[in-house]
Amino acid sequence: MSRRFQTIIFVTLLLASVAMSVVLWQLRERAHQRLLAGQDSAPTQAPAVAASEQATLLVANDSYNSLLTQIQSLPLPQDPGARARAVLGKLLDVYAAPGAQHPVPGGGTSIAAVFLLPAISSTQAGADSTARAAGSPGNQLAVVNLTGAFVASHPSGIETEMLTVLSICGTLHANLPTVTQVRFLVDGMPRATLAGHADLTRIYLAADAVPTEGVHP
Amino acid sequence: MRWIEKLPGHASMLRLLPAIIIAGVTGSIAGAQAPPAPAAPTPRFVVVLDAAHGGDDGGGRFGDQLEKSLTLAMSVKLRSLLAARAIPVVTTRESDANIDLDRRAEIANHANAQACLSLHATESGAGIHLFVSSLAPAPASRLMAWKTAQGAHVTRSLALAGVLNSAFAHAGMNVTLGRTSLPAVDSMTCPAIAIEIAPEFSASHAKGASADDAGYQARVADAIAAALLEWRTEANQP
Repeated sequence: MSRRFQTIIFVTLLLASVAMSVVLWQLRERAHQRLLAGQDSAPTQAPAVAASEQATLLVANDSYNSLLTQIQSLPLPQDPGARARAVLGKLLDVYAAPGAQHPVPGGGTSIAAVFLLPAISSTQAGADSTARAAGSPGNQLAVVNLTGAFVASHPSGIETEMLTVLSICGTLHANLPTVTQVRFLVDGMPRATLAGHADLTRIYLAADAVPTEGVHP
Repeated sequence: MRWIEKLPGHASMLRLLPAIIIAGVTGSIAGAQAPPAPAAPTPRFVVVLDAAHGGDDGGGRFGDQLEKSLTLAMSVKLRSLLAARAIPVVTTRESDANIDLDRRAEIANHANAQACLSLHATESGAGIHLFVSSLAPAPASRLMAWKTAQGAHVTRSLALAGVLNSAFAHAGMNVTLGRTSLPAVDSMTCPAIAIEIAPEFSASHAKGASADDAGYQARVADAIAAALLEWRTEANQP
C-alpha cells in the first residue's frame, strides 16, 4: 500500500517537473523575442548635439566682493530660452563646484526654466523708474524660475545674495544682449527674498550688473 | 435743566465760559510779559536701530548661533553706547520677535530719526559691508510711494555711509560699500544704511575674527557710535 502511494507521488512530481520545464522554456523564448524586438526599435542615429560656443559668465567672488568675467565653451541650443537656461546652468555649476569662490549648492538643475517676454513698458513699470528705462521696444524681460531647493540651500547674507542675483542678471545680458530686465520666481511663484535679504519682488536691470573687469555690487 | 440737555453745545459753552475767561485773561497777561519768540528748536537727534530677523526668521547660521541673535546683541550693545553719549535710540525689536518688514519701516518713520541702521551679519565675504538703497534720488513730497520712500533720502544715506566708512577705516576695518534693494530700508524716510558684519580678515587675507566674536562686535559697535557722533555734529551744523 505504501509502495503504491510512493509511486503515485513520484509520477506526479515527475509530471510537474516536465510541465514546469516546458513553461520555463516558453517564457525564455518570449523574453528572447522581446529583446530582439527592442533591438529593432533602437535608434540608429546619434542625437544631434549643439555645437560648442563661447559663453560669457559673470562669476561672483566672495573674497573680493565682485563679479569677474569668465569665458567658457559649452554646447548652446539655438532657442533663446533654452540658451539662457544652459548658460545659467553652467554658472550655477561653477558655484556648486568644490573650492568655488562663491559657494552655492544646487548646480545647473537649480534653474527650472527661463522665459523670455517683451520688456515691460513705462506705463506697466509704474513707480519703478529703473525698470522704465529698460522698457524700450525690442528689449526683453527674462523670468528666471529657480527651484525651491536652490533657494533653501542658498547662504544667507545681503552681499552673497546680491552677488548671486547680479551674476545671474549680468550673465543673461552678456549672452543675450536684448535681455534688459530680469525677474525671479521660485517654483513658479513670486517670493519676497532669496534667502532673507535680496529682494526678489522687484525687476532687476540686467545692464547694471555687467562690469568691464570686475564690479562691486 | 431740560433746556440745557436739549442744547448740549450751548451747555458746554456755558460750562466752559469761566475757563475761557480765565485763560483769556492769563493769556493777555502772558502776552504782555512774554519775551520775543525764540528761534525754532533744533530737531532731536534720534537713531533707529533695526536688528534684522527675529522669531521664526533666524537669518544666517553661525555654527550653533543664528543671525537674529547676533543682530539683537549688536543692537543692545550699540544702544548702550549711544545712550552713554546722550543719543536717543529707538529699536525695532528688543526680544526674539518676528517683526514684519513694513512694521520696521513704520517704527523708523514714526521716530523721525536722523539715522536708521539695519543690522545684519553673515559668514561670507570679509569686513564690514555697508549698503545704501539702490533707488534713484527723488525729490521729497508730501505723498510718497511706500516702496520707494527712501528715494527722497538716498543722498543723505550716501553721506551717512561715507561717515561710517571713514569711522570703520579709522578703526582699521575692511569696508565694502554697495547699493542694494532691501524692502525695509527702501521704505524708510530717514538716512538709512544696512550694515552687514562679515568675518574680519587681516591684511594677509588670513581669516580673522568671526562675526559672532564678542570682541569684534564691540569694536564694530564702537566705530558705529563714533560715526554717529560725527553725524550728529554734521546734522547740527547750520
